[in-house]
Amino acid sequence: MSAVATPARQNTGGIRARTVNRIVIYGLLALFALFYLMPLFVMLVTSFKTMDEIQNGNMLALPQAPTFAPWIRAWSEVCSGLTCVGMKGYFWNSIKMVVPAVVISTLLGALNGYVLTKWRFRGATLVFGLMLFACFIPFQSVLLPMATILGSFGRFGVKLQNATGLTFGFGNPTVNLVFVHVVYGIGFTTLFFRNYYEAFPNELVKAAQIDGASFFQIFRRIMLPNSLPIIVVTVIYQFTNIWNDFLFASAYAGSGDVMPMTVALNNVVNTSTGVVEYNVNMAAAMIAALPTLLVYVLAGRYFVRGLMAGAVKG
Amino acid sequence: MSTVAETSITLTPEHDARPGASVRSRLQDALPKLVLAPSFAASVVFVYGFILWTIYLSFTNSKTFPSYAITGPRAYQRLWRWTFESDPPSSWYTSITNMGIFGFLYISICLALGLFLAILLDQKIRGEGMLRPIYLYPMALSFIVTGVAWKWFLDPGLGLEQTLHQWGWTSFHFDWIKNKDFVIYTVVIAGVWQASGFIMAMFLAGLRGIDGEIMKAAQIDGATTFQLYRRIVIPLLRPIFLSALIVLAHLAIKSYDLVVALTSGGPGGSAWLPSNFMYEYTFKRNEMAVGSASAVIMLMTITAIIVPYLYSELREKPR
Amino acid sequence: MLRKLLIGTALASGVAFAAHAEDVKEVQMLHWWTSGGEAAALNVLKQDLAKEGFAWKDVPVAGGGGDAAMTALKAMVAAGNYPTASQMLGYTVLDYAAAGVMGDLTETAIKEGWDKSVPAALQKFSVYDGKWVAAPVNVHSVNWLWINKAVMDKIGGTEPKTFDDFIALLDKAKAAGVIPLALGGQNWQEATMFDSVVLSTGGPEFYKKAFNDLDEESLKSDTMKKSFDNLAKLVTYVDPNFSGRDWNLATAMVIKGDALVQVMGDWAKGEFNAAKKVPGTDFLCYRFPGTDGSVVYNSDMFGMFNVPEDRKAAQIALATATLSKSFQSAFNVVKGSVPARTDVPDTDFDACGKKGMADLKAANEGGTLFGSLAQGYGAPPAVANAYKDVVSKFVHGQIKTSDEAVTQLVSAIEDAK
Repeated sequence: MSAVATPARQNTGGIRARTVNRIVIYGLLALFALFYLMPLFVMLVTSFKTMDEIQNGNMLALPQAPTFAPWIRAWSEVCSGLTCVGMKGYFWNSIKMVVPAVVISTLLGALNGYVLTKWRFRGATLVFGLMLFACFIPFQSVLLPMATILGSFGRFGVKLQNATGLTFGFGNPTVNLVFVHVVYGIGFTTLFFRNYYEAFPNELVKAAQIDGASFFQIFRRIMLPNSLPIIVVTVIYQFTNIWNDFLFASAYAGSGDVMPMTVALNNVVNTSTGVVEYNVNMAAAMIAALPTLLVYVLAGRYFVRGLMAGAVKG
Repeated sequence: MSTVAETSITLTPEHDARPGASVRSRLQDALPKLVLAPSFAASVVFVYGFILWTIYLSFTNSKTFPSYAITGPRAYQRLWRWTFESDPPSSWYTSITNMGIFGFLYISICLALGLFLAILLDQKIRGEGMLRPIYLYPMALSFIVTGVAWKWFLDPGLGLEQTLHQWGWTSFHFDWIKNKDFVIYTVVIAGVWQASGFIMAMFLAGLRGIDGEIMKAAQIDGATTFQLYRRIVIPLLRPIFLSALIVLAHLAIKSYDLVVALTSGGPGGSAWLPSNFMYEYTFKRNEMAVGSASAVIMLMTITAIIVPYLYSELREKPR
Repeated sequence: MLRKLLIGTALASGVAFAAHAEDVKEVQMLHWWTSGGEAAALNVLKQDLAKEGFAWKDVPVAGGGGDAAMTALKAMVAAGNYPTASQMLGYTVLDYAAAGVMGDLTETAIKEGWDKSVPAALQKFSVYDGKWVAAPVNVHSVNWLWINKAVMDKIGGTEPKTFDDFIALLDKAKAAGVIPLALGGQNWQEATMFDSVVLSTGGPEFYKKAFNDLDEESLKSDTMKKSFDNLAKLVTYVDPNFSGRDWNLATAMVIKGDALVQVMGDWAKGEFNAAKKVPGTDFLCYRFPGTDGSVVYNSDMFGMFNVPEDRKAAQIALATATLSKSFQSAFNVVKGSVPARTDVPDTDFDACGKKGMADLKAANEGGTLFGSLAQGYGAPPAVANAYKDVVSKFVHGQIKTSDEAVTQLVSAIEDAK
């Protein structure tokens, strides 16, 4: 794919305009980068300051005597309730919930999007519209009915256990959270893929069909390999939302042994008595956000232009 | 736009007309629907079922817990009265007017800024790999803590105002977060900061999915950059606009923690959004019927705004 | 890969659940005491129980002064997963009891003599329909002034005995260039201060009638109007940046000497303690002027749920330990509150704590112990929050006059009843 920006006019005026253009573009990008970075800057400098410096200094000033103590405390000592194991103890709880939830909801979204654009049936649009509108239900109003249903899953799990010795995940808080996040995530994932596949050339699918490829073969060989940018967007969205969810996590998995990261972070940060250790809080928040940040940086690499070009045009 | 519309032809296999269609091929035909069915069923039960439940509760006298005896539309009568009670403004009145201001500014600024940044980033920028995560990261951080950073920054005694005073600009005045008439705009600022990067990513993904040949052809025809975007690129991004709008509208109506973390509700509750109202009444004030009624009103409002848009976007294009 | 992961999760959870079903010597405790001092205080209870062989399964959910925890509790109850006990406040206990989900501790209560040692005002919330459903942990009192002694000495102030004295004192501080009144402009803090203002302006009888009995005549009386006027006077002494400030930051202003006084419940003392300040030498605790002899209280309670038989022993152990004299003393010394039973020795408490305990005892006997409306002990949450709305709107100027405030108060409370 070629550059969109500049019609190639090959004279000196054009080159000067081009340079000015570039300067403006980079200037704007840098300016916005500053806007986005400002709170991170505040958090970073704060996390390296001592409490004295925070209370008496300016929030934008660099730390005069940088200290790693807040990070160490946040990582391995800080308390969530009566359990003081630092933030490191909650990564696994979150990861074993987030990874299955993101994978399942993304995969379902991709399949749904594929069906809705390439295998249209009567009423497909209505089905999509209904799934889309489902995104708008306020989570606070599903909290209690969903809890009731999860409670019945739990009782079913106990019955299963009596019968077979295993619960198969029924009643397990982590499995419950995965279920909830998949249910309320598929609306978005379907939306993303459907709108992306909308612009995807139908000829390719048709050609494959004529070649005798099956429903799933087309999905695997043609759709998925061409979906990287939207997979990136979907994964980022789902990962962030599920990782940062507090409402469901605190209501369905609040006890110490299964508590996801956000609930722990909230317990560390959201206390209004005692001297608030802002430096530790900021460090804890950044530690809690590490996996999401990592996903952003890693996944972001796949926004590569030209991905489509080769595959689509063949 | 037309290119997209015209190519989306129905691909439902036509071989079912063939004589002796086997069970296997019939299964093959039903497969797409079978694949979609679980997701759709989940929406029906866990969204529409729960919406019905909420509507039902709004006509009961539910307080701390759901109660199932219908007692009439008292909750709606109260909301109706509160809607027109503007002196002093009721919490509900404040919430819905704030929703109007916040929703409009938040969605339009995020869309504009997201598209603008995506287009800038799409100009073969050196360092794109570095800039992208910078724009995106606000989504990664929980607002429980970034709220504190923003609160400090906007606090006239701690943040921007004080810093500029120290640098000598003593006439600078910025106390929106403490002002009951302006506090909602600080929520907009923090909200835009958080979400616009993600919208940028969505547009970027869309831009990267556009067929380069189309643009090349337009360039050869002598279109200027502006024309190229105006006439070709932006229309092609239309489905992405739809996605972005849905995401933003959903974030806007669910911006509960943003308000709490940044303003604790604002002076005299002046920063409340309907989601705060709903949470307060359902869980804090133990007036579940009123909370449910407010949820129903929210959903109805969204229906009134979104459904016509969805209809015009999604209706089957004439073939 | 995906399939393996899923099967792995399912298996792991199945096994985890199998191991879990055996646990009965365990208390599952939902609470929002996550800050250093409070968690340390609760740890004492955990250790007491460990000595008796009961494990502690912690379910901490911080945020919003218990709002987040109460939301979680509602979800747990809806799912049928009752915790052994949960930290709860006032009317919430009664709501859950009315819904039939609370347990019955009456036997233990009689054996331990709670009905004699726990003040009657508290029993109104811990006993439902003749059954003990909750174990009170502490009694907080709301009508306190917290004063920085160095600033007080500098401006030559003395203990204010009347509201007018108080205004005169604030004027002195203002003249000396100190912020007179530290206030956090959040609705519950404003309403907490207003509780004291009403008690001071109208006296104990009036407070009870207006804020516990919700008597309409009192709510719309001239005394209430005057109370709002007095509140308006106080608000002129706060700094311009007060809006939205957390209460502990307001306390910090007093600790650092930036401000003279804060009107706040005795949990503020925990902040002074944490900053290693000593009552009498670094800071002073006085009753809010004109309220001496009365106590406006709130109390943390452990609501006890209707758990299956095999979890009852653990629950009884928890309740017994909670109301044991040793825990009551140890916990409340740290928390800044006073014990929920009046027969605990005050030896370990500081001067303010000793005064608090004596005041509680006197108020309990003299019938001047009243529930705080701002803290959810005067009326159910719907009413209490409607009240906070009105006070906050008055403080921040959405409601402009005391006349209007009184009208709004009456209609808001009527609406919420």
